[in-house]
Amino acid sequence: MIKITFVASDGERREVEIEEGETAREAALYNDVPGIDGDCGGVCACATCHVHVDPEWIDKVGRLMHDGMEADLLQFAEGTTEYSRLACQIPMKPMLDGLVLHLPEQQY
Amino acid sequence: MDSQIAEPDAAARIASIPIEEIDVARPSLFQNDTIGLFFDRLRAEEPVHYCRESYVGPYWSITKFDDIMSVDTNHKVFSSEAKLGGIAIQDMHSVEGALELEMFIAMDPPKHDQQRKAVTPAVAPSNLQLLEPIIRKRAGEILDELPIGEDFDWVDKVAIELTTMTLATLFDFPWEERRKLTRWSDVATAAPETGIVESYEARREELIGCAMYFKTLWDERINEEPKNDLISMMAHSPATRDMPFLEFLGNLMLLIVGGNDTTRNSISGGVLALNQSPDEYAKLDADPSLISKMVPEIIRWQTPLTHMRRTALEDWEIGGKQIKKGDKVVMWYLSGNRDESAIERADQFIIDRKNPRHHLSFGYGIHRCMGNRLAELQLRIIWEEIHKRFSRVEVTGEPERLFSNLVRGITRLPVRLRAR
Ligand code: HEM
Ligand code: FES
Repeated sequence: MIKITFVASDGERREVEIEEGETAREAALYNDVPGIDGDCGGVCACATCHVHVDPEWIDKVGRLMHDGMEADLLQFAEGTTEYSRLACQIPMKPMLDGLVLHLPEQQY
Repeated sequence: MDSQIAEPDAAARIASIPIEEIDVARPSLFQNDTIGLFFDRLRAEEPVHYCRESYVGPYWSITKFDDIMSVDTNHKVFSSEAKLGGIAIQDMHSVEGALELEMFIAMDPPKHDQQRKAVTPAVAPSNLQLLEPIIRKRAGEILDELPIGEDFDWVDKVAIELTTMTLATLFDFPWEERRKLTRWSDVATAAPETGIVESYEARREELIGCAMYFKTLWDERINEEPKNDLISMMAHSPATRDMPFLEFLGNLMLLIVGGNDTTRNSISGGVLALNQSPDEYAKLDADPSLISKMVPEIIRWQTPLTHMRRTALEDWEIGGKQIKKGDKVVMWYLSGNRDESAIERADQFIIDRKNPRHHLSFGYGIHRCMGNRLAELQLRIIWEEIHKRFSRVEVTGEPERLFSNLVRGITRLPVRLRAR
């Protein structure tokens, strides 16, 4: 199991565990962490699983690729930064154990 | 099925039509609500289906959830561009003398992206929350006026009234003149054949009137302190305030048109669905906190826009079928929303689904509905206010449906209210 901490927009922290190969979206949904909607089912088609990767982790997770569906969708999301990613596009692997993700106020 | 089928042996008749002759573009199939039987057949027998001849010309039908998703997210191959025909099964016509409003729903990147980015903040959920109390208060006032224990038409007295009210609130539109918004919305999408306008000339005149009206509002708002309405936000935001006026108007009309019929028909569709599924109505009655899950289920069930259309920019294979460059490709959301392979018990209206937002009614990809959270917000408020006042909105007669293959509309719905 791999640990992820979700930090809500009000600062509340929730640590959850997820199996290798699942994504950060699943980690939130399976554990009822509010703040990730994931309407499209995790296929990079809706941008309702927007997260800000903690700056300390961004290089391990990888930055947003500039050409591709994830960037095409994220350009319309609210409050994006250079740390923005879609949680359904972050597959969990051992090197990400302890990952910290910050949630926006609302998905949209 | 969604409702009683007017013709009792329709199922047998539809089952015997040769598959290659099926043409789901016919508006009458939506009006008599037999369309679901056609889609059931296509999903089972030929989920990617080519119709060679129809009143809108040849077209492909995409009927399964996953195939629709793959087209909707592939904007590099499947274009929304107005000049190629646009986003509906019937080509957008460039008619001499018609005033064409440019809307980013019918554009491809990069222009689509620039315009959408500029307008999006106006409907961001954090902004909309500020409008919630006033929408709630006004919804309450409309509902308080309704007769108890008497038959009346829900569409006219409630669905249209509530939708117009919310639009007027969003734009802080002069209250007494709010029906103008509904009228302009109808006019903007009308062709003379619909009877809404007499000619393209008449349509042009009305839209110019609309443009001048909004110009006045814009000038007013730009000189005032910023407020929470969408016009003020667009007039003050750095991304939109220097927009050429016609572009502003196109975007504004898109917000009005986008939120008009769709919301109206979701309000009526919800009442109808609850009446057709009494167990679900009982669940709602017992636990009104289900409203936030019921709202996306209503939107799936109603599927206010039956389809969006694309034009293929290159040859592409879907479901073993070869689509050719230039072909018209129709994503039937109404069919995908009944696809058992993607949605459990898809043919049932269930208000407490686990993943109620996993539906196609808002589309997916870069054109995914920009007003989706706004639409949900409006419907949630309306249902909360209905629930407070009435123990039942009882359907007392047959619904009448719109003659359209695009807007899945309910034009009349006789009801009677029981007070709580
Ligand atoms: C239940 C109500 C609604 C439904 C079912 C609905 C449905 C849709 C659909 C199917 C699309 C196209 C998706 C695609 O091509 O993939 C769309 C786009 C759009 N909708 Fe909605 N809509 C609703 C309410 C609203 C409201 C209230 C607004 C007002 C803000 C709105 C504004 C828009 C805009 C601006 C677009 C264009 C987005 C783009 O092209 O990037 N819609 N909607
Ligand atoms: S869940 Fe839809 S983009 Fe991630």
